[in-house]
Amino acid sequence: MPRTDTTTLDLTADVVIVGGGPAGTWAALAATAAGADVVLLDKGYCGASGPTASGGTGVWYVAPEPDAREKAMASREGLGGYLADRRWMARVLDQTYENMNRLATEARYPFPIVDGQPFKRGVQGPEYMRRMRAWVKRSGARVLDHSPVLELLVDPSGAVAGVAGYRRQHDTGYRVRAGAVVLASGGCAFLSKALGCDVDTGDGALYAAEAGAELSGMEFSNSYAIAPAFTSVTKTAYYNFATFFHADGTPLAGAASQGGRSVIAGELLRNGTVLCQIDQADPEQQRQMREGQPNFFLTFDRLGINPFTDKFPVTLLLEGTVRGTGGIRVVTDDCATTVPGLYAAGDAATRELICGGFTGGGSHNSAWAMSSGTWAGQGAARFATGLGPARHRRRLAATGGAGLRPTRAVRRGNAERYTGWSDAEQVLREQVHPYDKNYLRHGERLTPALAELDAAWRQLRAETAATGAAAVRIRQTAAMVAHARWMYTSALARTESRGMARRQDHPRLDPAQRHRISVGGLDSLWTRPEPEPAEAGQRLTAVAS
Amino acid sequence: MIEIVSASRCVTCDVCIAVCPTNVFDRGADGVPVIARQGDCQTCFMCEAHCPADALFVAPLTHPAPPGSPLTDEQHVTETGLLGSYRKEIGWGRGRKPGARVAIGPQLGRARVTPPATPPAETTSTPAPLKT
Repeated sequence: MPRTDTTTLDLTADVVIVGGGPAGTWAALAATAAGADVVLLDKGYCGASGPTASGGTGVWYVAPEPDAREKAMASREGLGGYLADRRWMARVLDQTYENMNRLATEARYPFPIVDGQPFKRGVQGPEYMRRMRAWVKRSGARVLDHSPVLELLVDPSGAVAGVAGYRRQHDTGYRVRAGAVVLASGGCAFLSKALGCDVDTGDGALYAAEAGAELSGMEFSNSYAIAPAFTSVTKTAYYNFATFFHADGTPLAGAASQGGRSVIAGELLRNGTVLCQIDQADPEQQRQMREGQPNFFLTFDRLGINPFTDKFPVTLLLEGTVRGTGGIRVVTDDCATTVPGLYAAGDAATRELICGGFTGGGSHNSAWAMSSGTWAGQGAARFATGLGPARHRRRLAATGGAGLRPTRAVRRGNAERYTGWSDAEQVLREQVHPYDKNYLRHGERLTPALAELDAAWRQLRAETAATGAAAVRIRQTAAMVAHARWMYTSALARTESRGMARRQDHPRLDPAQRHRISVGGLDSLWTRPEPEPAEAGQRLTAVAS
Repeated sequence: MIEIVSASRCVTCDVCIAVCPTNVFDRGADGVPVIARQGDCQTCFMCEAHCPADALFVAPLTHPAPPGSPLTDEQHVTETGLLGSYRKEIGWGRGRKPGARVAIGPQLGRARVTPPATPPAETTSTPAPLKT
């Protein structure tokens, strides 16, 4: 066990869920329904943490009619660079349809009524997650808030057998022995202050990799959202109604929320200012926007801006793998990873299966969260049950490295000073946030940026050790640095432009690279092309039958 | 970022301390929460939405409001109706209709692409779009 402060809370559960957003809460419901004793751990507060709770989202909810389903599946295949998998899309559409209907009946979510029918193609974030929390608690799962996980625990065979963490409002360490663990800890937005995303620091991906899991699609991680400058509310879709301008008020030709965001990035890089006016929405659409997303207007109302008639400055905030599609690689229909006992769901998992290489922002990611959460919860419960009573009598070994167990001797007196994290956060700001490195990508800029990140990692790995609240911070930093290295390593491995992974030095799509890219490793990284989606689908089916 | 905790409105229920995803508040000696780690605030407005007494105000800025800003002035945000406005809009609180009931939003078609400036007859200079 890592050194933890004061008394350690020692719990057991059949299934531990890491993260209390949409994926984690659906996983908890599925696991309790399967008879498992569930502990859900949220780093913040289940019901308020993450981008869904603080925003709102469209949902990929499509009636089970063949034509509608076909159209839904075909709509993004090209955008995603043909890396998605129809079988998984169909499964997600089925599961999402079922879950949204349950949300209406069992959680009594107050859907709007359109043409006499509940309108289920979207949810308002605060209401959705408040109800999910209540539902999870009603299901019998135990919820621990403000209890960030610090590392995974494994049994002698290498199977994941629990977690260790820190309860930050009680200043005490904790441990949960478990039959299986679901990582539903979100993607990584690198503390960019994009709405609700600062809890998304890629922690789950680091823990998974330390236990031996792989990632996939990490090159699809360069998502940036539009927000008024110096503010947090990202709602890029509403900028579909916008016109963009240079600082002098002349139109910024070619700029657009979709298909022209790089023009905005280029102008911000060159001249630092882009102005915006949402001047294409008619009064009825303006009214619908306010009803649809009241939080979109918080910024404007409080700053005294009328977004429909005033020109206001905008910025692009990094949303990384929250709105990108990369994440932990899942290898079975119930979202198991390559490590026994470890499951991944929501933004922590790769969403390439349904989005390919194009952002899953909005409706696809939310559908994936509830579907993959449901499957991972069921799978984890099944796995735990299969272990029998021995599941709680396994010898546990800790897997955490960077920030917890330095490879070089750190003098005891210095351990609390955990040198390194602020340096590493600076490296992240300089090498990951800038538009000319992570967004408008070029090999000549990616390679030196990766070298800087590698150096930051070496220092974190070798020389830093922390306990308690400091350990939470440093593990977040380590997770972000690891995340960035997987991103850039995968981006360099894809020598073409596909989906959202565009390279200025390889602007064209290369038909020979129609494959997913797996990536992994901690001190030294590797990448590996995966077979084409169709083959992969057949292979998985064969294994399952 | 969170700027105001109204001591006169606060009912010391501790809800904000619990719901803040980034653990910004500590409990003060008198039970009224104090903004202990403002730098960690992610400006998500969740504390405000959950506060049953409309005692909290989040300025819509990702940095602390400058000294003297009206966004740090309880009287100003009260008189302008900004205090408690988010909770009202999402329809939380006794006797209110959930905002979720009307949260549909406009149909989103294709995004508009900003057209070049219409050049006056003799001018030809339009900014060239950056090709990426």
